[in-house]
Amino acid sequence: MKTKLMEQIMLKEEDKIFKNLYNNLGWTLEESLKRSDWSNTKDIISKGREWIINEIKTSELRGRGGAGFPTGVKWSFAPKKVGSRPHYLVINADESEPGTCKDRDIMRFEPQKLIEGCLITSFAVNAHTCYIYIRGEYFNEGRRLQKAIDEAYEKKFIGKNACNSGWDLDIHIHFGAGAYICGEETALLESLEGNKGQPRLKPPFPALVGLYGCPTIVNNVETIAVVPTILRKGAKWFASIGRPKNTGTKIFCISGNVNNPCNVEEEMGISLKELVEKHAGGVTGGWKNLQAIIPGGSSMPLIPKETCETIKMDFDSLIAAKSGLGTAGVVVINKDQDIVKCMARIAKFYKHESCGQCTPCREGSGWMWRILERTAKGEATFKDIDLLSDVTKQIEGHTICAFGEGSAWPVQGLLRHFRKEIDKRCFSEPLIKKKRDIPYLVDQHLLEK
Amino acid sequence: MSLKKVHDKQPETFEFTKENLELANNILKKYPEGRKKSAVMPLLYLAQNQNDNWIPLAALKYIGKFLSMPYVNVYEVATFYTMYNLAPVGKYFVQVCTTSPCLLRGANEIVKVCQDKISENKETISKNGLCSWTEVECLGACVNAPMIQINNDYYEDLDKNSMEKIVDSLTENKPLKPGSYRGRKSSAPEKNENKINGTNNA
Repeated sequence: MKTKLMEQIMLKEEDKIFKNLYNNLGWTLEESLKRSDWSNTKDIISKGREWIINEIKTSELRGRGGAGFPTGVKWSFAPKKVGSRPHYLVINADESEPGTCKDRDIMRFEPQKLIEGCLITSFAVNAHTCYIYIRGEYFNEGRRLQKAIDEAYEKKFIGKNACNSGWDLDIHIHFGAGAYICGEETALLESLEGNKGQPRLKPPFPALVGLYGCPTIVNNVETIAVVPTILRKGAKWFASIGRPKNTGTKIFCISGNVNNPCNVEEEMGISLKELVEKHAGGVTGGWKNLQAIIPGGSSMPLIPKETCETIKMDFDSLIAAKSGLGTAGVVVINKDQDIVKCMARIAKFYKHESCGQCTPCREGSGWMWRILERTAKGEATFKDIDLLSDVTKQIEGHTICAFGEGSAWPVQGLLRHFRKEIDKRCFSEPLIKKKRDIPYLVDQHLLEK
Repeated sequence: MSLKKVHDKQPETFEFTKENLELANNILKKYPEGRKKSAVMPLLYLAQNQNDNWIPLAALKYIGKFLSMPYVNVYEVATFYTMYNLAPVGKYFVQVCTTSPCLLRGANEIVKVCQDKISENKETISKNGLCSWTEVECLGACVNAPMIQINNDYYEDLDKNSMEKIVDSLTENKPLKPGSYRGRKSSAPEKNENKINGTNNA
């Protein structure tokens, strides 16, 4: 009886988009054709740009790369007619948000879905060239994707007159080289142009001034890979899964202190507890042993156990809980872990990955890390904590890109939910108590004791 | 941003081998005319592969000329991205992911094995000259944590024992195969895959 109930709640097998998420069916083009990839691409394209963009708008698909921007709306920002400058489509496969490893599986096991999505999207936004920017560490995944692209060229699914649709498309792979910041779309474009990856000021947005100064649409791998299935099965089908404005299915990556860490495709708005208990085999040491969960990759504030009991995994529910769905990288932290140490490690990640362009982020990320390290060791002073909170506020909103928020929010989340834990460890007197003339925003740690 | 040390012993000259020159010219075709600069990252990889997994300064100058861009801009790119090695690394370059998802599952033990069996300090080549190791940030295989990358390959679902075996295999110059070390299939859940993924029977 209980199992029956379970099955009802879970996403139906036929509604899953990535049927080969675990490579049970094979990744080659021939095997993909059996899963109805490329089955009527020409018909879809013949329905025209307007229809495609409208369907995606109706489906309420939101970008799967972290920000959750409505995909159809983004596409409609590209100029309707091609002017003197060509249009580009750029796929963001620079997956490096800690806790996230979904795009890797799409590239390894469902590459044809991505390639077909590239063709349809390129047509919709008037692009004849598509670049896929893959993080350099995914060498084997990139090689696999290249093989899949070659297969698609051979079958004339892409290239000149792709799928007999009359549309020409070339797809190129470009490898990154280990910079997290290149997942930010304008930094990615800089990197693609042969510069160091430092984000650009927006506006102008890439849809108007992007790669080489040309109109460019940048989308995440998962976003593009679900497009063909949406158009094939209909926007209404996609919108019927999940809840309004938070529709469709999503690949969740469940890592950390769980019994069976895994990637799983589920309905948007599935409850977090169900996700962890049913798919990931439960928290190590039982649900009682749960301390906190980071619901959407390391940039999103953690949520404490009480919230985890009831929270639904979609964009709007998590924003309401002062966190975010982000990339849906669920990192489970149980009570055996030192939460401060764990967050200090995340702060170290941001310190390492800050591109150094904006001062608040360049300096602030290191500063947050040092304070958290000291806190973890019990060496921080009681004044440090308010200072830490203040540093996060000085970073947030004062940087060119969202990396500033990404580094500050997890720390704010820690302070919001685990203040008591921190206060317990920070009791010593400030180092420079006597020197009152020290300017306000100075990291005490850098001063001599 | 990466902190990079440029190697103190540099070769005088560098140029692409015939094969790599051909590859380089093919790479240039990927990018529009007048946008040669875009090829700087793939060309740096080519140079790194050609030169035992590290890039000498002479190669940066060579690539600068090849792409008609100032040397300093190539230098800027090579120092910004962590995957370009500007000093020699071992034949087997072990990169241990220590970011939170891996840390939660015991990345510390993996680091310890490297310290014990390869070299006390990171980025130092082992005594037999075959291995070096370093700590890196998230490698994007979090559900298979803890994990490492050796050259291009991922070794996943590790623990202290399996890591020791892997490092031993490297010192014997007979590296074990990449993949999961718990016999796991990609990123599928280990115990209840059949229950939640009917595709097995499809």
